[in-house]
Formats: sequence, structure tokens, C-alpha cells
Amino acid sequence: MIETSGLRRSFTTRRGVVEAVAGIDLRVDAGEIVGFLGPNGAGKTTTLRMLTTLLEPSGGEATVAGCDLLTEPRRVRERIGYVAQGGATDPTVTGRRELILQARLYGMDRATAEARAAEVLAALDLEACADRRGGTYSGGQRRRLDLGLGLVHKPQLLFLDEPTTGLDPQSRAHLWDEIRGLREQGTTVFITTHYLDEADALCDRLAIIDHGRIVAEGTAEELKRDVAGDVVTVGVGHDTAEAMRLLQHQPFVREASVDDDGTLRLYVERGEVAMPQILRLLDGGGLTLQTISLARPSLDDVFLRQTGRSLRDEAA
Amino acid sequence: MRTLRDTLLVFQRSMGQTLRNPVWVVVGLMQPIYYLFLFGPVLKPVAQLQGFGGSAYNVFVPALLVQMALFGCVFVGFGLIAELRYGVIERMRVTPMSRLAMLLGRAGRDIAVLCFQSTMLVVMSIPFGLHITLGSVLIIFALLVLIGLGMACLSYGLALLLRSEDALAPLLNAVFLPIMLLSGMLLPLSLAPGWLRAIGHANPFYYAVEAAREAFKSPVAGGTVVAGIAVAAALAAVTITWAARSFGRSVA
Repeated sequence: MIETSGLRRSFTTRRGVVEAVAGIDLRVDAGEIVGFLGPNGAGKTTTLRMLTTLLEPSGGEATVAGCDLLTEPRRVRERIGYVAQGGATDPTVTGRRELILQARLYGMDRATAEARAAEVLAALDLEACADRRGGTYSGGQRRRLDLGLGLVHKPQLLFLDEPTTGLDPQSRAHLWDEIRGLREQGTTVFITTHYLDEADALCDRLAIIDHGRIVAEGTAEELKRDVAGDVVTVGVGHDTAEAMRLLQHQPFVREASVDDDGTLRLYVERGEVAMPQILRLLDGGGLTLQTISLARPSLDDVFLRQTGRSLRDEAA
Repeated sequence: MRTLRDTLLVFQRSMGQTLRNPVWVVVGLMQPIYYLFLFGPVLKPVAQLQGFGGSAYNVFVPALLVQMALFGCVFVGFGLIAELRYGVIERMRVTPMSRLAMLLGRAGRDIAVLCFQSTMLVVMSIPFGLHITLGSVLIIFALLVLIGLGMACLSYGLALLLRSEDALAPLLNAVFLPIMLLSGMLLPLSLAPGWLRAIGHANPFYYAVEAAREAFKSPVAGGTVVAGIAVAAALAAVTITWAARSFGRSVA
């Protein structure tokens, strides 16, 4: 559905040429939800704007929805939908009018456009406010209208730029359901986000971008496993040193360290397999196990490892 | 076909927005009406001067109409900046719609508003002593449409370039006051000293104002009218081309 090779974009500023996107190779298959993660300024939005024909690439090639991005931008536009980060509705116009106009701009005649607008309003639970001006909408309603405008023409491929930024948890969950529903209808979704829970909950595959390059790619599970496996924390009271001696050279332990409070932190390949072995070893060594816990690495650990920055700080 | 259809869609949307909040249509008409009532009477004795070139209102009203076309249309870019900020323009640019239609649909709304205001002003001027003929009305509306189109497209082009009200407002004010004074709108430039007249001749609006005034004379000197319309048409062609390209270009 999307295939890029060496796609780049540089901007000329007063301080010289800035490479916003420095060569991206990306592949998105039909029917996938792919998440595009990165800190602010990493090149997420620039990439998205290139793929949606809003910004001309400085170099590289891309095929989007089966059409060449550089030579057939118009055919690309017919096949894709785009929901911009900042929204796209006029506060003085009603949701229904916006949807009808958008449908007509995609070539539908008036009757078809009206029917389709009604369908979208119903599907997105916007019927109650359909004939009110956009300015009166709640954040969640406005975002759903933005989504509706992006999919009024039933695109094969939908681009969502930070779709749930600034929404309350309930509206986010609602929007996630809508996005999952799209996949069931066969729509491919390409979504940028800096919420890791969103990426975790929605996406089949993730690509992490930093400094204009893709630094990691894969399913959330794969990415997490690549980081350092799982983390097992073991508390043995005052026998920390002895426990360390027993465990640190075991083949299943990749790395071991002692936390400030004296608990042992073991990085292991697969936590559920390692835990029984740890129990057995400690038991055999005559040590009393006080606490043990298993933690999976979060996407934030992935992110930290790949970009040297925590997404949590970015989002805050 | 596509361009025409899309232009109509954008026109309908823009017109709807204007009609839902018509206060700017009225504000745009108020200024020339103030001139008509509060400045026109001052001109009556001045009209006797040599070089004024006709009865007070037949000289003054055409200039007021040109002024209204100029100022009515040159500030339309502010509305576009608001639409840019809402993301409406970007949303439209992702659709396969015609780029030219984005411009012409909006400019069409501006021309429709201008024609309404101009009709009102002409009708209100008749009791003051404006003499009109069908020919003069046709010529002046042709001129006004061209000037309005040129100015609206210039304003949209600048709005796309500057993207901020804070940058657009001072630029427009800095440019358009001298243009207005140098066009002989308030008083004919034939009353001006030679050096001022010379500068005025470099101002395209000078020819538009001259042509507008000529339209209300009888007999009409064809050359002046043709020159005025040609200048206005050339100006419109340049600004339409430029602004349509700005709409089409990928702007960050």
C-alpha cells in the first residue's frame, strides 16, 4: 500500500539546509495498521505530508496506494484520506455541510454526497450535533468529524496524524474503536503518534523515526524483545551479594545489576522461563527469597534505547 | 469541467459563510457611503475648478467605486488566513479537486459581494446627481470585476505567502494608501503638480480610475476606457496566475 525508498526532504532555513527527513525506506501492506513513532521534530509529520502529496520530496521515490507519488499525485489523492494533526474544520460550518462538501470534492454528486454524509455521521455517533456549527463541538466530537472527513470517500489508505492528542480517555477509547473498525473494513491505516499505549493498543506494526531516519521497525512484541528481553526483580534481604554470585553467570541471564534498595535486577531473554530457574537456584543456595517480580519492557524502553530519549518526557 | 464544478462548490461554501455573517458586506459599503454623504458635498464647489473634468458626482462616484473594489477585495486574504489556520485549505489540498478552483471559487464570492455593493452605491448616488447610462454601467462593472478579481487574487496570494494577519495587515496598509492617493481617486490627478502626476502615471489604478470616470462622461472617449480595462485585465491575469500557483504549490 505504501512503499518508499530513500524518501527525503530538506528545508532551507536562515541557518542553512536542514534535513528533516533523511532517507526513509518504508513498506506498509494492505490492511495493516502501522504506527509511526518518534519524538517531536523527528520527521513524522514531514514524512506524512510527503506521502499525502502536501509536500514535495527533495529526493527518493514512493508508491502510495498503487500510484507513483511524484508523477501521479492526483491519482494518489483520489485513493487516500488524511486527518491532519490540528484538525480541518471551520467553526462556522456545520458538520453535515463539511462532510457533504468534502464528499463532493471527491467527485460524488449531491444526492450521493448527502447519503454518504448521513452514513458517516451515524457511524461516528455525530447525528446529534450534525447540524450544529463546528465551533460548538466537544474535542472528541470535533476529532470524530475530522476522521469522518478523512474517510467520507472510503479511501483504501488513511493517514492519521496524532489522532488522539488532547482528547480525554473516553474519547480516545472511542476513536480507537473507530480506527480498529476501519481495519475490519479492509482500510489500511498509517498513524503517527507519540503515545506508546496508543501504538501498543492499535498498531500491527511500528516504525520508530528519529532525526529523519527509521531506527527500528517491527511488531510491538518484536521491538520490545529486541531491547533486552524481560526484567526480573529479585529481593533477598541482606544476601544480595551471594544471590548475585549465584545468578549472574547463568546462561539465561543477559545482564544483572543491583538497585539502590538492594534488589537484584536481572535482564533475561524470557521471564516466564527464567523465573522458575531463579527460584530453584536461590533455594539450592540456601537463600530466602523475599520478593520476585517480572516486568515486560514497555515501548518506552524501546524508544529510550532507540532514540536515547524517553517519549514520556516528550508527551508531557 | 472539473475546475468549473469545483469552483462552484467552493463559491457556494464561501458565499454561505459570507451570508451567515454579512456584517463585512455592510461594513465594506459603509465607507463609500460616508464619502458620498460627508465628502461629496465638499466637492461641489471644487468641481467648478478647471481640470476637474465634469459634474461633481460623475467624477467622484466612479472613483469611489474603484476604491471600493480595491479596498473591498484587498483584505479578503484575512479570511483565507483563518481558513489556513483551521486546516480547511490543507484538507482541500489533499483532495483531487482543482487547485485553480480553490482560488476562483473564493474570488467569485468576493466579486459577487463587490457587485452587490457597487449596485447599492450607484443607486444611492443617483439622487445626489449622478447621471448614468446603460453603457456607462456596463463599462464600470467590467472594470470593477477585473479590479476586484486582481486585488482578491493578490490578497489570497499574499495570505498564502505570509500566513499571518500580523504580517499581512501592515503590508497592505503600507502599499495601498499611496496607491490610492496616486490614482487620483479623491481628486483628479489633473489638479496635481507635474511631478506627482508623473508618478501617478506609473500606477495602474490611475488608468482604472480614469477609465471609470470616462465611462460616466458623454461622449465616451474609447481609448481611455480600453486602456483602463486592459491594465486591469493584465493585472488580474498576473495575480490569478500567481495565486493559483501558490494554491497548487506544496507549502509547508
